[in-house]
Amino acid sequence: MINFSNYKYLILRRISQLSLLFFYFGANAYGWNILSGTLSSSLVLGTVPLTDPFAVLQMLAAGAVLSVDVLLGAVIIALFYGVIGGRAFCSWVCPINMVTDGANWLRRKLYIDKIERKIWVSRNLRYYMIVIALLVSFVTGMASFEIISPITILNRGVIFGFGAGAGLVVAIFIFDLFVLKNGWCGHICPLGGVHSIIGKYNFLRVAHTSEKCTLCMKCKDVCPEVQVLHMIGKRSESVIMAECTNCGRCVDVCDDDALEFDIRNYMKNNLEVTDENVN
Amino acid sequence: MKKEVKKVQITPRRRFFTNIAQSASLGVMGGLIWAGYAEKAKGSTLTLRPPAALEEKDFLRTCIKCGLCAEACLHRESNIDKETLQPRPATLKMAQAQDKATLGTPYFIPTQVPCYMCEDIPCVPVCPTGALDVSSVTNEQNELDFSMMDMGLAVVDPNSCIAFWGIQCDACYRACPLLDEAITLEYGRNERTGKHAFLKPIINMDICTGCGLCEKACVTEKPAIFIQPRELALGKPGDHYVKGWDEKDQKRVASQTGKDMTTRTQRSEEKVTDYLNEEVSYD
Repeated sequence: MINFSNYKYLILRRISQLSLLFFYFGANAYGWNILSGTLSSSLVLGTVPLTDPFAVLQMLAAGAVLSVDVLLGAVIIALFYGVIGGRAFCSWVCPINMVTDGANWLRRKLYIDKIERKIWVSRNLRYYMIVIALLVSFVTGMASFEIISPITILNRGVIFGFGAGAGLVVAIFIFDLFVLKNGWCGHICPLGGVHSIIGKYNFLRVAHTSEKCTLCMKCKDVCPEVQVLHMIGKRSESVIMAECTNCGRCVDVCDDDALEFDIRNYMKNNLEVTDENVN
Repeated sequence: MKKEVKKVQITPRRRFFTNIAQSASLGVMGGLIWAGYAEKAKGSTLTLRPPAALEEKDFLRTCIKCGLCAEACLHRESNIDKETLQPRPATLKMAQAQDKATLGTPYFIPTQVPCYMCEDIPCVPVCPTGALDVSSVTNEQNELDFSMMDMGLAVVDPNSCIAFWGIQCDACYRACPLLDEAITLEYGRNERTGKHAFLKPIINMDICTGCGLCEKACVTEKPAIFIQPRELALGKPGDHYVKGWDEKDQKRVASQTGKDMTTRTQRSEEKVTDYLNEEVSYD
């Protein structure tokens, strides 16, 4: 019997991701104006602009003259994730997340983690990718990540029809399944890097209570950015590393209520540190 | 402790520089491949862009690939099929990986769906970035004016256009939304038969918007009239050729002063003979 409380955030995330795609698709297919455009730039209810901040950065590097609408849209997105969401774009919005989560799920089912030859790739690669993307944009005079991004290819594919770009989505799936665990979302994707930076100081965070923890390590099994859970069973504190995507999978799988979403309290964190120092 | 003479010391400094070199090489290699692909991905110069698009170079810089123009094109009011009440296919397509245009950018292929030149130009004002520039299709009365669109230029291949053979065909002339302005018919006598007329389509390149309705209407197997981007279809004489009979062109050079280029020889010392008007004696 499936215990639905162990899938709460996973189900909510899939609803979020799929309904966004559904509204985008409907905007093109049936002319709805709830959410039109693509993840690069959208219009909500035909009025509020939303723009991908990384696309805007690349356009700036390429030498584009930016319009007020685009800048406003990027500021809205940056403010939302910067204050509330953190890196939630990656797990609640991005359609590639469903592809790489699928690869991860299959990975666990096939015990690939336990068998494969490990390749070590730095998880900081994504930050270098941002720099390279901006340099290439500057040299070629064109937003460089936007022409290879599997995210926009998948997003546009659902809205306007796929084509050969579907191959790239399949490639990401195979790469994450057989080559490198969390390869795309956890190592390479510069958009994830940008959202890590934007959401570094947000308020909504997972908090760990080590007294309740039974060290079953289910959370570390499912976490796509496992390094952020370094405090499990050791210290009661918030998951504050920028790479946490706020996917809530760890909260879902924890049977001991040792992980919960909470509002990050900067003052409290500081006090705890002083308490430890005193002890 | 024994002293090993020949063993190379792996110092922290050596380790630091080796690691830097490893990361930097990976970055440079990736960056070069990426930049090489990006240059190729800029696509074909034959790409026809939506109305009011910036010049191709600036367009690629500025287009964010959101697809709002293509959606506006699909759902334009004039695009409803009267029988099924469903929208017909859109003119503007978002380029897919296998297409010749840059991935994710809007373009159109006239032989599939030409631009119908909507009076309200729905695709342009929705552009969030200004890659489609509203001001380039706004007239002096501050209204959107579809006759100011500029997507390309129609070009006629006289060898395959059957009107140039003497067969009567004015399909392109009648399909043109700027009827008798962008395409005019030039009448001529068919000397071969001695009793028939030529009705040859002539493009007025100042008026043609490149909508492609003529290309779509053309009856030949492969259209004898087709749209090309202006920079591809047109030559350029250079600034130093001046039309002496054109007042506008004269004004262009009115302010310019050249240095004295007159060739002077021994004969230049002599008085010029106005032999047409003065009586000249040839002794």
